[in-house]
Amino acid sequence: MATTTAPTSSHPAEATNQVKHRPDRNYRRKQRWGWLFVAPFALIFLTFLILPLVYAFRMSLFTSTLATGNKFVGGDNYIKAFSDPIFLQGLGTVAKFALIMIPAQMLVALVAALVLDNLATWASKFSRLMIFIPYAVPVVIGALMWGFLYSPRFGPASSIFGIFGLTAPDFLAQDNIFGSLVNIVTWQWAGYYMIIIYAALRGIDPGIYEAAVLDGASDRQIALRIKVPMISSSLVMVVIFALIGTLQFFTEPQVLRGVAQGAIPVSYTPNMYAFTLAFSYSQFNYASAISFALGIVVFVFSFIFLFLTRKQSGLK
Amino acid sequence: MKAKFLASAGIVAATAVALTGCSGGSGSGGGGGSEAASCTNTIVNAEAPQVTVWAWYPAFNEVVDQFNNANDDVQICWTNAGQGNDEYTKFSTSIESGSGAPDVIQLESEVLSSFTIRDSLVDLTEFGANDVKADYAEGAWEDASSGDAVYAIPVDGGPMGMIYRQDLFDAAGIAVPTTWEEFEAAARKLKESGSGAVIGDFPTNGRAFNQALFAQAGSVPFEYDSANPQEIGINVNDDGAKKVLEYWDGLVKDGLVATDDAFTADYNTKLVDGSYAVYLAAAWGPGYLQGLSDADPTAVWRAAPLPQWDAANPVQVNWGGSTFAVTEQAKDKELAAKVAMGIFGNEEGMNLGVDKGALFPSYAPVLDSPEFADKEYEFFGGQQINKDVFLDAAAGYEGATFSPFQNYAYDQLTEQIYAMVQGEKDASQALDDLQASLEQYATEQGFTIK
Repeated sequence: MATTTAPTSSHPAEATNQVKHRPDRNYRRKQRWGWLFVAPFALIFLTFLILPLVYAFRMSLFTSTLATGNKFVGGDNYIKAFSDPIFLQGLGTVAKFALIMIPAQMLVALVAALVLDNLATWASKFSRLMIFIPYAVPVVIGALMWGFLYSPRFGPASSIFGIFGLTAPDFLAQDNIFGSLVNIVTWQWAGYYMIIIYAALRGIDPGIYEAAVLDGASDRQIALRIKVPMISSSLVMVVIFALIGTLQFFTEPQVLRGVAQGAIPVSYTPNMYAFTLAFSYSQFNYASAISFALGIVVFVFSFIFLFLTRKQSGLK
Repeated sequence: MKAKFLASAGIVAATAVALTGCSGGSGSGGGGGSEAASCTNTIVNAEAPQVTVWAWYPAFNEVVDQFNNANDDVQICWTNAGQGNDEYTKFSTSIESGSGAPDVIQLESEVLSSFTIRDSLVDLTEFGANDVKADYAEGAWEDASSGDAVYAIPVDGGPMGMIYRQDLFDAAGIAVPTTWEEFEAAARKLKESGSGAVIGDFPTNGRAFNQALFAQAGSVPFEYDSANPQEIGINVNDDGAKKVLEYWDGLVKDGLVATDDAFTADYNTKLVDGSYAVYLAAAWGPGYLQGLSDADPTAVWRAAPLPQWDAANPVQVNWGGSTFAVTEQAKDKELAAKVAMGIFGNEEGMNLGVDKGALFPSYAPVLDSPEFADKEYEFFGGQQINKDVFLDAAAGYEGATFSPFQNYAYDQLTEQIYAMVQGEKDASQALDDLQASLEQYATEQGFTIK
């Protein structure tokens, strides 16, 4: 027994040593099992993400205009992308969204999580579900629904404002569309972030609160000075999610465009621009370049943010 | 947010996947009888070769059945791949990937150039298209051909007329306007009468609708011939277009017309609930109105000719109209051409389209028949709208030329008109900006500007 189990249950330290120096056959066999488990996912990952990415990248190095044929242009499309006013304007739009939308979502999610964490009644469970439900609604359906809520004809706004003798604002007008979109996204995602933050809050040792109470800390002090700092790594993660999502902003404006074509041009966000270029204007090459250019921007922003918050996120 | 990230990443991925052509079962090229499972219709004669067709015509299933029953040597395998842009997106992707397109496809005449420039449509002259030329309305045929080449067989057209609410007109004491001057006077009278309605809508996203109004004032936005595909003439800011846009800008500024986006739920409701007294419509408009589920049964609808700039020299225009084209990917192009020419190219098929699908035919034997002219429409209180309005409009239409980047041109037009309606620029400035953006785009795309 001892002789047979010894090699297979070799200590982790030993195993890593062997990897570094001279992998033995048993370890390799185990590795093979590992690959087998990963294989189904790896296959899908390769076929539906890596291969298309490679293909799209290759496409982005070529150009084919309506009047001329396909030819290799190297990085020209990228130079064009980063000097394309429409693309840059789209980036500006999503940057503006990031500045407003991310703090809004964070604030709603954090406050909701802190309040729910302090409540221990049936109402808290119910409220938690209610705040989370918008996230369970598919994004497209949510955006369609808001399209109707915003509608000057079907929406409830005109009757609500009518009670006070006021005229409702046109939520779909050019000046208001920004706020309308922020509202949809916050409504849709705050519940999801709330759950992440809430889970982190539940992970804190209650003993700490007891100690704080003994030291005379108020509820507010506990929330701001103990809870928030202790869940900072979760908050960083949430902001990263929100940042990536916002830079990739697509579904909500694309769906809302169906009822507000003037206020939301086809190139409103970089992703919408790429989509339109590819499927409406048949510029597949340039669309690929725009997508990758956006990918680079997302990567850079995420990297900078993670670098700046490396202390809070526990990466350092 | 992760799901969203993946979804967005999927744009790149989806494009690429579709392009690599590994999209599996979706592209059933046609020809083989074993692939019959993907047809929406039932195949009558399983032995005969099949031709795949993408189309969104209303009541098309009956037309397909009629064709399949009447033909032993070829069968149609029909799929509804979406309407308008939805279908074009799929077609465009399959052109890029080199597979997955149907043999025969329904295309609006305004996008034909956008596809011929990508060498994706077959010139039907070698399959005898010119032999059937006499069977079709001239303007519609003109729209479907470029130079000597014929890229599609016209099926239905959209000659424009004015559909109006007789009850609202009577209540405000308005006579039916015949010129745009009278139309403006009627709009003012309607507003002063305290009616809740405005005379109509000027949609910023009107696309082909706006273009048709421009054409009525003599605007010729594009010069393009597929025989010389690298060259294009762009004149979107000519005098005709400016005159029309200034006119509508004036109506908008005075609050005489609404500026709702067309084909939204709001717009559809307003069309039928008495918010608009007039619906400037194509011949397919009555069918569209009837299809709106909340169509008001008490409304009294009548049709009249489109108002004119110069009553002495009326100009007829067309809004929409679709065709059947044969794609370069068709396995058996001759057979596909036979379907494209044959399916609505007979009286039984076309009559089904007219009666069940409310199509306005381009097929002369039906178009010129007394039955069609005398047809009484219940929706219009028994008015013979074809005889009264649309037949004249169709006869007077001479065809139009569209650009090979029509989608881009329309999107830009929408942006410019919206800016105008918002008061950011005047009509003339909007059209000059449109001209500049189209010229720049054409140059970037490698065209020489005439």
